[in-house]
Amino acid sequence: MNQRSSNLLDEALGLDQTIEPWPLRGRAVVIEDRVETSGSFVLHHLLKRSLSPNSSNVSIFIAFAQPFSHYDRILRKLGCNLVLQRDNSRFFFFDMLMLQCPGGHEGITPEGGLIALYGKIHKTILALPEVSRKNVSIIIDDLSLMEVAVNGSSDYVLDFLHYCRTLTSEFDCSLITLNHEDIYSSADRPTFLLQMEYLADILIKAEPLATGLATDVHGQLTVLSKSMNYGQESSRNNTSNFHFKVKENIVECFYPGSRG
Amino acid sequence: MAAAKTRASSFSRNLSAAAPSQGPGLKCGPNGLVFLSSGIPDLDKILGGGFPLGSLVMVMEDAEAPHHMLLLRNFMAQGLVHNQPLLYASPARDPRGFLGTLPSPAASKDNKSYETDPDQEKGLRIAWQYKKYFGENQLNFDGQKGSLSLDGKHEYSNEFDLRKPLDRHFLNRQHVDCVSIQDSPDLSVLRDRCSTFSSQFPRNDGSVSCAGRIAIQSFCAPQCAYSNMEWDMLSFIRSLKSMVRSSNSVAIITFPPSLLSPSFCKRWQHMADTLLSVKAIPDEDKDLAQLLTGYQEMVGFLNVHKVARINTQVPVILEATTFSIKLQKRRYLVLECLNQAPVDGSSGTSYGTSGSCSGSSKAGNLDF
Repeated sequence: MNQRSSNLLDEALGLDQTIEPWPLRGRAVVIEDRVETSGSFVLHHLLKRSLSPNSSNVSIFIAFAQPFSHYDRILRKLGCNLVLQRDNSRFFFFDMLMLQCPGGHEGITPEGGLIALYGKIHKTILALPEVSRKNVSIIIDDLSLMEVAVNGSSDYVLDFLHYCRTLTSEFDCSLITLNHEDIYSSADRPTFLLQMEYLADILIKAEPLATGLATDVHGQLTVLSKSMNYGQESSRNNTSNFHFKVKENIVECFYPGSRG
Repeated sequence: MAAAKTRASSFSRNLSAAAPSQGPGLKCGPNGLVFLSSGIPDLDKILGGGFPLGSLVMVMEDAEAPHHMLLLRNFMAQGLVHNQPLLYASPARDPRGFLGTLPSPAASKDNKSYETDPDQEKGLRIAWQYKKYFGENQLNFDGQKGSLSLDGKHEYSNEFDLRKPLDRHFLNRQHVDCVSIQDSPDLSVLRDRCSTFSSQFPRNDGSVSCAGRIAIQSFCAPQCAYSNMEWDMLSFIRSLKSMVRSSNSVAIITFPPSLLSPSFCKRWQHMADTLLSVKAIPDEDKDLAQLLTGYQEMVGFLNVHKVARINTQVPVILEATTFSIKLQKRRYLVLECLNQAPVDGSSGTSYGTSGSCSGSSKAGNLDF
């Protein structure tokens, strides 16, 4: 078991110490990626960590990008059985692939559709037993598709995210989202992206290497962790940068040049 | 931590070369995927088998040359040869006309004639080039001695002869459907047609009986009435992708990226499972001619930006992402890696010879 390899990512996120209480509680994690380098492996990794057998963490997965079968296969290779977790009420999968607002049939307004989604999440959390309510992760894959689902009304998406943020303070949920940075950086006003980055407690960027493609190194990860204000300690941001290689059953993270 | 990590993975790669139970048009691949052929054997190899069912392929066009039509033609013809229903949408008034330009599978005796090429140097290069085909052809020949491929039906991926039009009988069947997208004010008509089409191939856990192909040409072409409705187009692509995901079909969309705003172009690129782009080659570019071997035969470039990653998180890193599109004997579409001509290091200028890749007849200081 190659525990060492993914430790850099876990270290940066504080996941290498204890799993209980979930270190990402009450924090918003924003993952950014690009066309050349996909960041969904970070989502898979965080999902796997949150469903670790040592914790009572519950994950609510809101999927706009891929159907359940895709995640199921990937997580199985990572050593996590999503079907089992779903049956044990530790994993809730909301398939949003067909969500369309304004809807053709039901006539849902963009705002209405997202409000309904929020309501569903809230209801799911309330239905959980007291002990699990404190350890919920809401995972969204991915935000740019949520914008498409509401036909471009990014304001509603931001509202939705702010509502989810209230859940992080009310229930200590963690919010993990994936978005594509290059969509916004090529726009005139990258407002949405800036709002997301402002919202984030932890920002994880997956980027290609400056030198191009390589079979040994798939890209670089930059983890920016805004530390919470502990009172006497001045708030300090922690940044780590390292390279990664994605495999079927693990993500190997290593410092540049230390591969060998 | 999950204990599963310590034991050796129980997953073994399922790389069976053929799936006879599903017919010649489909092939099993790793991660539970089933592939169908793009119609270009070289492209299938590059992409690791072909286009997986349930994926969305997008091709970025170059306004200066219609190379995306080559990809579309081969894709559509391959489907028809394999009896896979086709839905074709284009901005033309009468899309059916395009069907007349689809190529016919090459009779494989034509392929074999390459090895007897008289030119010594060319012969060497081509023998190396086609060694990889020779092994495959051998397999097919051994398999079916009787029904040798004048028909081309029994191969997963056919070489298409672009100078020979597809037999009429392939086109007259029920399962070729054409839609003109020029006049539709919004995309509801196309969306409905795609929806009905893809519902013919529902995906269940059993084996795949039949697959369908959707080809949409020049999706954001300016003559289409909806072409300035950016979010609607994006929303259509998203629903097409969902439809295709939940059925056994493959959709290919070609579009001119220059007609989209940069931010939307990126959104479209992120939508694609497989992303390709084609580029024209300028005629008589002396610099390029010196830089690349075989420049005269090249028609254009094909770039592979993204390869479909369904059911897996491991990215595909190709050895090369840019390939030259060549028409062998002006008939057969081949993709080749770019070969750089040798550079004369001492004088600082490069000299290239077209035709041979193994150095030139000129003596000189070769400084690698």
